[in-house]
Amino acid sequence: MNLLEVRNVTKVYGALTALNGVDLTVREKEFHGLIGPNGSGKSTLLKCIAGAEIANAGTIGFLGADIGRAAPAERSRAGLSLKFQIASVLPELSVYDNILLALQAQDSLATLLFSGSRRALDKRVTTTLAQFRLASRINDLAGVLSHGEQQWLEIAMALAGNPRLLLLDEPTAGMSAQERRATGELLAPIKQICSLLIVEHDLDFIRDICDSLTVLDQGQVVASGPAAEVQNSEKVKEAYLSHA
Amino acid sequence: MSQSTELSTSSLPLRKVIPWVELGLLATSLILPVFADDFWTLFLTRVFILGLLALSFDLVWGYAGILSFSQALFFGMAGYCTALLATEAGITSVLVLLPVAGLVGLIVSLILAFIVILGRRVPTTVFVALGTLTGSYVVERLARGWSYVGGQNGIPSLPRLTLGNHEIAEGVWFYYMALAILLGIYVALKFLTRSQLGLVLAGIRQHETRITFFGYRVQHVKGIVFALAGLIAGLAGGMYAFHEGYVGPGQLSPVLSTQVVLYVLFGGVGTLIGAVIGAGMIEYLSFMLSQEYQRLWPIILGLLLLVIVMFRPTGLIGFLVSDRERIGSFGRPDDAAAKNDTDKNPA
Repeated sequence: MNLLEVRNVTKVYGALTALNGVDLTVREKEFHGLIGPNGSGKSTLLKCIAGAEIANAGTIGFLGADIGRAAPAERSRAGLSLKFQIASVLPELSVYDNILLALQAQDSLATLLFSGSRRALDKRVTTTLAQFRLASRINDLAGVLSHGEQQWLEIAMALAGNPRLLLLDEPTAGMSAQERRATGELLAPIKQICSLLIVEHDLDFIRDICDSLTVLDQGQVVASGPAAEVQNSEKVKEAYLSHA
Repeated sequence: MSQSTELSTSSLPLRKVIPWVELGLLATSLILPVFADDFWTLFLTRVFILGLLALSFDLVWGYAGILSFSQALFFGMAGYCTALLATEAGITSVLVLLPVAGLVGLIVSLILAFIVILGRRVPTTVFVALGTLTGSYVVERLARGWSYVGGQNGIPSLPRLTLGNHEIAEGVWFYYMALAILLGIYVALKFLTRSQLGLVLAGIRQHETRITFFGYRVQHVKGIVFALAGLIAGLAGGMYAFHEGYVGPGQLSPVLSTQVVLYVLFGGVGTLIGAVIGAGMIEYLSFMLSQEYQRLWPIILGLLLLVIVMFRPTGLIGFLVSDRERIGSFGRPDDAAAKNDTDKNPA
């Protein structure tokens, strides 16, 4: 079943066409990689899907509904979750509170006012932190975590609301090889829970975790399909080599 | 990934100072009328009312990140409406006038919220600041030119508030009424800001965009908080009018709204108690300096405020309280944390 269907999406900034008639499909429980040279439009496409940007043309279907004009909060409530390119944790709140904030997002205002889900969510917060190797930092401020830990915390926050599709924008940027490997290990189990659309420059990382790939170049899709097939495509090699 | 086991300063046990400051101020306020003369009783009553107004600004700016210059608009509108009820309809019951004052603040703030906060586009901080400032300015000009509400002179000689057959005269009775209302609102706001909704407000203040992508309807939350703050400012405005026996355009003005901003910046943004302390300190300093330096006191006060705001952005409360306590920790229920500690360190 197709979870996300992007059709003919175009995004223009003044004289620059960042996306030009892009098509993309992500199926249920699929890990889909979005790759391409710098400036190819990967992050812009992710932003259009999440609602941070509104496409000038085209449709974005999610679970059968067109969400192309919906506000980010509505897209999130529909089951989309975004991890920003730059870690966007809440630095003055504890690691625990960061996760709680993500978990309680679906609660009503009355529940929040009377702290009605605080105890019920405690177990889920601690489990999530243990899963992302942050249990020992539970009471620390998020702002004092290392770069890699902040990236993990943000992935944990993005996953906390049980999304149907997780959008990750360069989750391993700035990480060491060891941290990248660990991130791959952390992401693998989530295939049981949701689909993943990931923008990443590290091709080895993408190859290890993704089932399928879409390659963008200058705002257009160069190739799309199963990971092994796309990587061997001459057009893809050309797109990358021409920017090398 | 560094699995740091070293104890960072951020994970040290929290030494709480604010509860002691709150208790100290409450105890002092409760017994002061026994020792203070009439002047100081009246002065402190005014401080309590202005402290309430400062709390309303602290809620919108210190917690929800809304830079509002319209707190005086709600304050003054409530003052005018209750004054008209008293002078035109002869209603003086505190049980009617104060709820009406709150209601007026709530309605006016809701109208303004629909214009500046709840539009189709997410408003910027500058847009909200200018929108609220303009609202306050327009209504003040209207009041100054409208003879029905007394024009420049406002509405003087308001009757006293009553409770049954008893008149609530300015002095000890009014003092304890203002203190009780300030305390009630303070406790309610403390409850709100320490709740899971308070965590959402802390999130909005730190990274509004991030919060939106969790699925929070941020503008709705902001609109509700703005309206709640309007209610509190209205309540303060109603009390102030009857305490002073007068309501005028100055009570609606952007100048008063700006003064409230200074109360909160001086005392400490986002702490509640800082807002009350700021209101008290600025009123006290204004009075004392004006006694000693009749011409220079505004300059001296201005410089003092500038020094505090520039060199201590956390305000006076920042001298006593750590950043960690100021921001607070929200989520972990105490018993869950205790259970976790017991599991880690069985006896």
